[in-house]
Parts: sequence; C-alpha cells; structure tokens
Amino acid sequence: MWYVALFAISTTVVFGFIWWAAVTFMLRQTDEIIESEVWSLAEQYDERGLAALSMQISSRQRSEASRSNIYLLVDRDFHYLAGNMRQWPRSIVPKGYPEWDTIPVTAEDDPRPLEARVQVVTLMGKVHLLVGRELSDVLRARSIMARAMATGIFFTVIMGLIWGNVMSLKLLGRLEQVNRASREIMGGSMDRRIPLSGSGDEFDRLAGNLNDMLDRIGELLATVRQVSDNIAHDLRSPLTRLRSRLELALLEQPDAASQRQAIEEAITQAESIIATFNALLTIAQAESAAARGGFEDLDLSVIVRDAAELYEPLAEDKSIALTVGVDEGLAVRGNRHLLSQAVANLLDNAVKYTPAGGTIQVGAVANPEGSFLSVADTGPGIPEEERENVLRRFYRLDQSRGTPGSGLGLSLVAAVARLHGARLTLSDNVPSPLSLPDLPGLSGLKVCLIFPAWERSRPPA
Amino acid sequence: MRILLVEDDPQAASYLVKGLKEQGMTVDHVADGREGLFRATAGGYDVIILDRMLPGLDGLSILKAVRAAGDNTPVLVLSALSDVDARVEGLRAGGDDYLTKPFAFAELMARVEALGRRARAEKPLTTLVVADLELDLTARVVKRAGKTIDLKPKEFSLLEYFMRHAGQVVTRTMLLERVWDYAFDPQTNVIDVHVSRLRGKIDKDFEKPLLHTVRGAGYMLRDPAEAP
Repeated sequence: MWYVALFAISTTVVFGFIWWAAVTFMLRQTDEIIESEVWSLAEQYDERGLAALSMQISSRQRSEASRSNIYLLVDRDFHYLAGNMRQWPRSIVPKGYPEWDTIPVTAEDDPRPLEARVQVVTLMGKVHLLVGRELSDVLRARSIMARAMATGIFFTVIMGLIWGNVMSLKLLGRLEQVNRASREIMGGSMDRRIPLSGSGDEFDRLAGNLNDMLDRIGELLATVRQVSDNIAHDLRSPLTRLRSRLELALLEQPDAASQRQAIEEAITQAESIIATFNALLTIAQAESAAARGGFEDLDLSVIVRDAAELYEPLAEDKSIALTVGVDEGLAVRGNRHLLSQAVANLLDNAVKYTPAGGTIQVGAVANPEGSFLSVADTGPGIPEEERENVLRRFYRLDQSRGTPGSGLGLSLVAAVARLHGARLTLSDNVPSPLSLPDLPGLSGLKVCLIFPAWERSRPPA
Repeated sequence: MRILLVEDDPQAASYLVKGLKEQGMTVDHVADGREGLFRATAGGYDVIILDRMLPGLDGLSILKAVRAAGDNTPVLVLSALSDVDARVEGLRAGGDDYLTKPFAFAELMARVEALGRRARAEKPLTTLVVADLELDLTARVVKRAGKTIDLKPKEFSLLEYFMRHAGQVVTRTMLLERVWDYAFDPQTNVIDVHVSRLRGKIDKDFEKPLLHTVRGAGYMLRDPAEAP
C-alpha cells in the first residue's frame, strides 16, 4: 500500500511540475511582449515627442497583432491622452520607474470580468504610460492543462496499480513454485531438483543456487552413509577378534599368567580400535565444513619444520636421510592441528615405506599459486592406477597389508587438503634424488599439497 | 593427594575411584553437577577431575564458576568430545589438562600426578636438579657431574619437561602435547626415538641411569637412589 501512495505522489509531482513550467513560460512570454512594447513606445516619445507617441498608440490599437494589448497614456493629472482604456486604474500610483501589476478589466463587448497584466512607467516625468495584456487566453490554457494533467495522473496511477498487481502476482507465482518444490524435495524426494524457467532471471539463479545446495546435501548424506558403512565394515573385524580372544581365554580356563597375557593382548587390540576410531572422527571433522569456522592465519613454514623435526630421529634411526627445504613465512589460513596432523601423516608414511639408505625430502616453497608443500621419498611409490584408491579410508595396497597402520593416513591428508582448498597430487618421485640402478621398482612417492594464496590479514600467529 | 571426582557414569566412576585409591589417593566422588560445584568451591582438593557431560550443571560451567570464585585448584577435564576445538574450549574455560575418553588409566594417573605436583611447587625456579643432572633455565645449559651436555633446542625442552615432573610418570601423549604442542597420536614410536636419543646424551656415559621406561605407561626421570 505504501508503494501505491508513493507512486501516486511521485506521479502528481511530475505532472504538477510540467504544468507549472508551462504556465510560468506562458506568463513570462506575456510579460516579455508587454516589456518590449513599453520600450519601443518610450523610445518614440524620446525621439519624436508626445504627438508621435499618441499616433503610435492609435495605430497599434488598430493592428491585428496587438489586439489583445491594452494601452493608456495619461498626463500628469491622469487626464486621458491616448489608448484603448478609458480611465487610469485607481489602484496604481505611478512611482516613476517601471512597475508591474495585475488588474481587473472589462472588455467593451464582453460582460465577463477579466484580468490583465500591465506595466506602468512615467516618461520624462511628464506622462504616465500603461501597457498591458489581457490574460484570458493564458488562464484558459492553464485550466485546460490542469485538467489534462489531472487526467494523466489518474490514468497513470490506475495503470500502475494494475500492472503492479500483475507483476507481483507473477513474481509471487514464481516464488511459490520455488517454495513448493523445496518443500516437496525436503519432504522426501531428495533426488528431485527445483525446475528452472529457462529465462536466466534472478529466480532461475535462485533455483540454481538452491539446486547446488541440494547437490551438496546429497554429497554429505552419501559421505555419512559411507562413513557408517566403513566403520561398520572395518571396525567389525578387530572388534570380533577382540571378542574372540577374550572368549577363548574364558573357555580355556588357563593359568593366571596366560589369562593376564590374554587380557593384555585384548587391551592392545582395544587401543588399536580406539586409535582407528579417533582417526575416523578426525577425518569426519576435516570433511565437515564446520571446521572452517576455526580457521586462523598460520605460518606453514613453522608447521612443516616442526613436523620434520619430530620425525627426524626416527628417520635417522632407520638410516634414512631427511632433508628439509622450507621458505620463510609461508602464510596459510587454516586449522593448525589438522594441518600438523596431515604433514605428520605424510612423514609417517614416508618413514614407514622408505627402505634403509633412502631419502625423504620435505619442501615448502612459495609459488605463484600460493604455497607448495611436498614430501618425497624413495620408497616403492604408488602405481598410477592405485592413486585414487589410496585416498579412500582403510584402503591398503596389497604390498602394505600387514604393516602396522590403519590405512587412514592418506584419507586424512585428502580431507584436510579439501578443507583448506588445497590441491593434493600423488606422483612418482622423479627425477630420483639418488641414482638407484640396483633397486628396480622403487619409483618413490611424491605427495604435493598446493595451498591457494590467501590475503594476509595480519602476521601469522 | 585429595582428589574430587565429578563423574556421572557409575561404571567409569567406580573404576576410577578404585584405581585412584589403589594408587594411594583419597577420592571424593559426586555424580551430579551442582553437587560437584558445591564440593569444589568448598575447597581442600589437590586435583579436581571433572567430566564435561553432567546432569544438572555441565562441566565447563562448573569450571568457569570455580575459576570465577578465584579458586586455582588444578582441574583435569574428561570428555568424550575429542575434536581439537572442544579441547581448546575446555582449556580456555579454565581447565589445566584435557583427556578424551576412552583413556588408559596410566594416562590419567600420570596427568593427575603432574597436576598435583604443579600446584605444590609455587616458587619459580632458575635451575632444575635431579641427582647430579643440572638444567639452568636462564643460561639454557645442561650439565651432569659438572660436564656440559650439548642439547638441541627440542631436546632441551624435552629434558626440562622430564625434570619438572621428576619422579612422576610422563606418558607419550603428555610429551606430544606439552613439548610439541600436537593434539594427535602418531601411531608410530616417534616419541620413543626422541627419548632414547636424549637418554643417549644424558645417561649413557654416566654411572646412574636417570631416564627410565615405565612399562605400559611411559617414562620417568628419577634418581634411582631416592625412594620413589
């Protein structure tokens, strides 16, 4: 309703202005005509005197062009000298200089009371001259225009109301369509999407965005299902083993020492299950966008160096050369704990799979894209066809089955990479840092994480 | 040591109470949040073990209330919430340590002892001494039997932590959290190698071994001549 009122007011203002401008123009024109008459008559009097002026006035009266003009020339005592007006209007007291006024007049052949615009002037102190123009034409034009404007306003407002209603009904219709589709989808048919009209307008964009959100929800639901499946599948075995072991201990009724051993083994197995569980939880955490809420400005250089420093003694013990090449002050925005864990996982894998005498190279450098983190080893590497698989939870390559580890290390790294918007690549470590002609099949593994460049809002913590 | 245990799960509680008592501690157990706050503010405990999920008043609210009352009794927060944000939240609310369930009892014991000891040693030290091993905190120099030992910065921090908790069990997780500031458990024996390196530097060439392995728990720095 307010919009209607505002619209009506605006329309009135616009039309009103047009009317006012036109009327003002007409009135000004009238004044200009009068003014130029007064000037030319004054000049006549200046140059040729009173008689010439009277004659001029008489001839003007007779001419067609000046028919609506009013002339009156009087002497100092207001006696009639020339003109088509009989008597000097009593209301005007000449002061000498040109003055404007508007006075009532009556025409000889017209009983109606009319108005005239006049200018009066005293010439050389001797005679008073009045020149004017009757305004009935102007006034008539004014009222005609006013009526036209009013009609215009009326129709504009009516049209506005009609089309406004039509448009809003149409918009509401589109909105209702989107609303209805959303309700139906959330009600159960999660595979459906909101239809687009094809016009590419804002509503289509809205529908497109909602559809993207639905896709994302679908993805997350699939992830949740997969996690449940994974947990169920991959924790069942160790839990079953645990249970069996304890049951066996009960059945066998062995001596205290064996019982003690059985219990200790059970605890170890339980701890391994707990560790797997914790790792799964961390991965789930990294996969939920909620972790992004805790992001802060970090120094990637410090994170990488700290992790390398943690694994250095272990590498040394295994006679693996660990080299670290880290640029200073690489800024990254993220979750410190998850990033540390990801780097640690990579190092853990590298140390686990690199044979004695091998090399692990840890690098973190600035790159046009952002920050480039790499961990490269001289272990057996991962064949190209398996590179996607190894990122899955619990996936172990056949040659790794049996080595300790839950098979979750790389899936955590993948989840952390995705959370931070970083690209994860697995490749052979070529060119190999060592010449290894005697060790065929060791192509090595190079894992790279490419972090996008972030604007540094403040120095890293 | 007097312990207040605020835990609503009866099985977990009885297990903890039994274990702590066996270690020679006095334990008061309450199962309700409000009761826990009441007892805690009454004071007189060396360490408070506080479960996060409690009926009545949740653990962190109790913690905040205790701290607001000006009580600095060390608090160990127990929780099934393991994500790092929950941990940071717990510590920020005033907790001194945070342990996620399920945990090994040895882990809990080690941490409770560490907290209890910390409360008692109030005066700031410039030198830590265990037997003939000296660690100068200001000069950052380590000597044993008068001989200077060259340690890398992390080795120094590691030894400092051991010495501050001399005579107590220090678990691998504690080391990882306090010395490396990592909140995860790297499945391999990464910490063990660091400790054995340290041992190589401070114990190997000397008469008495000070850095011992405690089976099933972790490590302990102790003068074997002193009574445990």
